[in-house]
Amino acid sequence: MSPMTIAERLALNKYDVDAEPHIHLKLEVCQKCDRSPCLYICPAECFKLREGKLSFAYEGCLECGSCRIACDKGAIEWSYPRGGFGVSFEYG
Amino acid sequence: MDDVFDAIVVGAGPAGCAAAYRLAKEGLQVLVVERGKFAGSKNVTGGVLYGPVMNELIPSFSAEAPVERRIMHHVITLLSEKSSLSIDYNAGDSEKHNGFSVLRSRFDRWFARKVEEAGGIVATGLRADDLLWQDGRVAGIVAGGDNIAGRVVIAADGVNSLLAEKAGLGVKLSPDNVNQGVKEIIKLPPETIEERFNLSGESGTAIHFLGFCTQGVHGGGFLYTNRESLSLGVVVQLKTLVEHNLKGVDLLEGFKSHPTVRELVKGGTTVEYSAHLVPAGGLSMVPRLYTDGLLVVGDAAALVLATGRALEGINFALESGMAAAETVKRAKGKNDFTKQTLSVYEQLLAQSFVLQDLKTFQKSAQFLENARLYGVYPELACRLAERIFEVDGKPKKKAWQIMREEMKGKVSIWQMIRDAISAKGAT
Repeated sequence: MSPMTIAERLALNKYDVDAEPHIHLKLEVCQKCDRSPCLYICPAECFKLREGKLSFAYEGCLECGSCRIACDKGAIEWSYPRGGFGVSFEYG
Repeated sequence: MDDVFDAIVVGAGPAGCAAAYRLAKEGLQVLVVERGKFAGSKNVTGGVLYGPVMNELIPSFSAEAPVERRIMHHVITLLSEKSSLSIDYNAGDSEKHNGFSVLRSRFDRWFARKVEEAGGIVATGLRADDLLWQDGRVAGIVAGGDNIAGRVVIAADGVNSLLAEKAGLGVKLSPDNVNQGVKEIIKLPPETIEERFNLSGESGTAIHFLGFCTQGVHGGGFLYTNRESLSLGVVVQLKTLVEHNLKGVDLLEGFKSHPTVRELVKGGTTVEYSAHLVPAGGLSMVPRLYTDGLLVVGDAAALVLATGRALEGINFALESGMAAAETVKRAKGKNDFTKQTLSVYEQLLAQSFVLQDLKTFQKSAQFLENARLYGVYPELACRLAERIFEVDGKPKKKAWQIMREEMKGKVSIWQMIRDAISAKGAT
């Protein structure tokens, strides 16, 4: 089986994306972070560095909560998407 | 209908459904609130559903529930970078082996329907946003902008239990007591699965991998055969991922392309990619389990057994859900939902395998911190096998001598003995 990118993987899943993001970053905290565990810990790669700045896309979130636990700077305001929204696993 | 539910269950996973099913059967008014579009749509499993507990709740469920395959083979596979060494247990036709592979999106949906058939209400697509408080006790939930009153709330909202956290009973999740699982569902024709894994008909296999699947770090890999697919994943301690700047998905990709695993998934098509956390800190992680008007069950209470053999959580979820239901039934009988009455829950768990198993294996979490378990030992075992089985035209050596040669510079005999002793105490 050939390797897949994260985008290809996420494209397999069914999502009903909420217009409201369910995760918010305190970017002023992120700017001072030198470790950025979020870049590694998110299995959907929702966190990305663009020109040295952290950006975040919630659409592909798998709702695992890893970022909430790995970020020890308190930069992540985390909740679940509103009822009915977010990822829907067909197999699980 | 009374406008106060006897019980509000948050989360329609195995813990929540078990509690709700029991209560509905007893004639209590139960509401299950599930944030997913349907029950199970947010859930992922990397484990086996064992029959006895489920049977206690719904006798001969296996004929009715959408289970995948009866797990009759348990395999432990140690991986080095290129090779592997497996121990394959085949249960034959033993009646004792009544574990099933399941796909949670299907199984949980069926389970939630059983709750409804028993008379419970399951409200899907509804997120419990907060707890409702009255005179210092939990008196319901806030969901979808409404206050919903309940005599007791059962928090079955999974590993990231925001509700239990709000009540001050939350599990203290930290990178060292939580594992991240990433998983793929790989479609294959049933005949291919049966032929490839040596299965007949409904039987299935569970493979637990140790070693190169996590590139030698704290965790393991798994493969379960479903009817028409494989569940393949890796589970790694969050702390280790962060410390080594490793991505779960890269580990999964590496695992999938290992020569041994590559053969097992060959020709398959990935149809889903998922991730989930597993509380793996054992007994020391279990929070207070009840307060006035609230009980915490399943993953929300970190009731998962991590022994290093495999992760076991669904049974613990079911059993805790049933214990919670029994507690609520008694509380309803007395019309008293204070923590004094609800403390029965902890007693019931202490009498059952739930807290007893967690106690028996309370040293496991610490033992599993030993990095040699994931790197040196699987590597050593594979090297030993390689040299024992190779024929290279040179005089052979005895196994013990090969072992000593291979251990050199990697692990001392004393370290090995110490590890064996701590394994004795922990596993």
